[in-house]
Amino acid sequence: MSDPFAATDYHLVRKVLTEFLRSEVRRTGMERGILGLSGGLDSSLVAFLAAEALGPDRVTGVAMPYRTSSPESLAHARLVAEATGIELVEIEITPMVDAYFADRPDADGLRRGNKMARERMSILYDLSAARRALVLGTSNKSELYLGYGTAFGDLASAVNPIGDLYKSEVRRLSRLLGVPEAIVAKPPSADLWAGQSDEAELGFAYEDVDPLLRLMLDERLGEAELAAAGWDPAFVRRIAEMIRRSQFKRRLPVIAKLSRRTADLDFLYPRDWGT
Amino acid sequence: MTIRIALAQIAPYLGLPDRNRDLHLEQAERARAEGAELLVFPELSLTGYLLKDMVPDLALRPDAPALAPLLEASRMLDLVVGFVEEGPDYRHYNSLAYLAEGRVVHVHRKVYLPTYGMFEEQRYFTAGDSLRAFPTRFGRLALAVCEDIWHPSLPYLAFMDGALGLLVGSASPLRGADRAPGDDLPSNAAFWDRLLRHYAGIYAGWVAFCNRCGVEDGTSFWGGSRLVGPDGGLVAEAPLHEPALLVGELDPAALRRRRQAFSAVRDERPEVAFRGLERILRDRAAGVEAP
Repeated sequence: MSDPFAATDYHLVRKVLTEFLRSEVRRTGMERGILGLSGGLDSSLVAFLAAEALGPDRVTGVAMPYRTSSPESLAHARLVAEATGIELVEIEITPMVDAYFADRPDADGLRRGNKMARERMSILYDLSAARRALVLGTSNKSELYLGYGTAFGDLASAVNPIGDLYKSEVRRLSRLLGVPEAIVAKPPSADLWAGQSDEAELGFAYEDVDPLLRLMLDERLGEAELAAAGWDPAFVRRIAEMIRRSQFKRRLPVIAKLSRRTADLDFLYPRDWGT
Repeated sequence: MTIRIALAQIAPYLGLPDRNRDLHLEQAERARAEGAELLVFPELSLTGYLLKDMVPDLALRPDAPALAPLLEASRMLDLVVGFVEEGPDYRHYNSLAYLAEGRVVHVHRKVYLPTYGMFEEQRYFTAGDSLRAFPTRFGRLALAVCEDIWHPSLPYLAFMDGALGLLVGSASPLRGADRAPGDDLPSNAAFWDRLLRHYAGIYAGWVAFCNRCGVEDGTSFWGGSRLVGPDGGLVAEAPLHEPALLVGELDPAALRRRRQAFSAVRDERPEVAFRGLERILRDRAAGVEAP
């Protein structure tokens, strides 16, 4: 199958995304951006884009390792801060997370991972207020549609420059912006423990699922057409179900409608209202 | 004697008509300083595009006092501005107004309101139901708003109505960042470019396309405003995704020559189209299936 992401104009994407960040940050009345810098590819790319859009002196990356995080992750976060010239703040989340779970020893990995993601979100939003810096999102399109993210955790942000780029495109754009190759080439990981890998957890590689997601989401091919194009129907069904089940993560909370105008339903104003 | 035309590729403030009016006046000053006689703004240039429930709050009659400073500026150079128009029966239109010598010369109400994918204009606006050319000091011209010219009938009507040129105000967003091999433009922009050149070439007329730039709620408008000559060739083009004031020359003598060499407009028989459409509409009304 030919590479569906080769036709993307990455130079154009770079220009659009830097303009997006400048425009959407400044119209909130802020000049600065802040993001969680995990040492992974998505947040590294957002750091490079933000440094280019806002200027490195107006961007803060926050590395928030837990005791089981890979030491390589912190090293990579430092590498990105050094390469972009942005400020790096390091805050270890082990004390807060461990304090909470001290009385809940039976909590499983999912609960622990979600707690860590929300702990990081909570720190980012606190520093956002302290520095008058807008929280920049770092979730890519593949994760957003597969639901591979924590609601009100890593999915929380004010503006997200890469939410419409598949992981395969994130990788290509990262190379164009000069993200260090050690980061571009390593396997994606939520880094909840050393050696964790997204692809082992999901059971497939982004490079394999992204072309399917593109056909399903962007081209709107149906299951019969996908089967005719050679996609395994069981795999297609599984992905379709992941998309459906994670729809809530892509929407605001549902409000019970009572009045004539209800937030997000028939009280319809843009986010950028009056700016 | 050529016509010096300018296209203001701006990023309007969303829902701030006073700031937009100042932006328009500033662009008019700049265009005038560059010798322009006509300045075209994008679709909804006085309000921004993604208005939703703001539409009724921002709607204006064409004779509203808020437009007075622009009418005043139109003594300096002719202006085409985009606004939310309120009709006498309180319906709202996505309109372009042609202002000259302190008067509103013509208002075009967008006929085709896109309501698919990310677009939801029919939810907020009433569709216009006509397109007509009108006299200006540069000869007859016609106005169209963005999606209008994705429907070939409207450019056809404009040129059958004697227009020498079609002025298009747009708020066209980036939807797909892919680019075909060998194309200079991303796919949506490349399609627009072919469309504009096609109309200019086939009707041997001018086509001025003023598209906005900037970002609203994450949507980027791609700019790339352009002027196309009567041979379908590009006269001038603005950069993608950034503000610009594009100035170009349109030469009536070249248009005249083109219409002598290329007789599609002269030889066009609108009565054939008219009779054909009458028959099709009759058949549709009678439920006759196409063979």
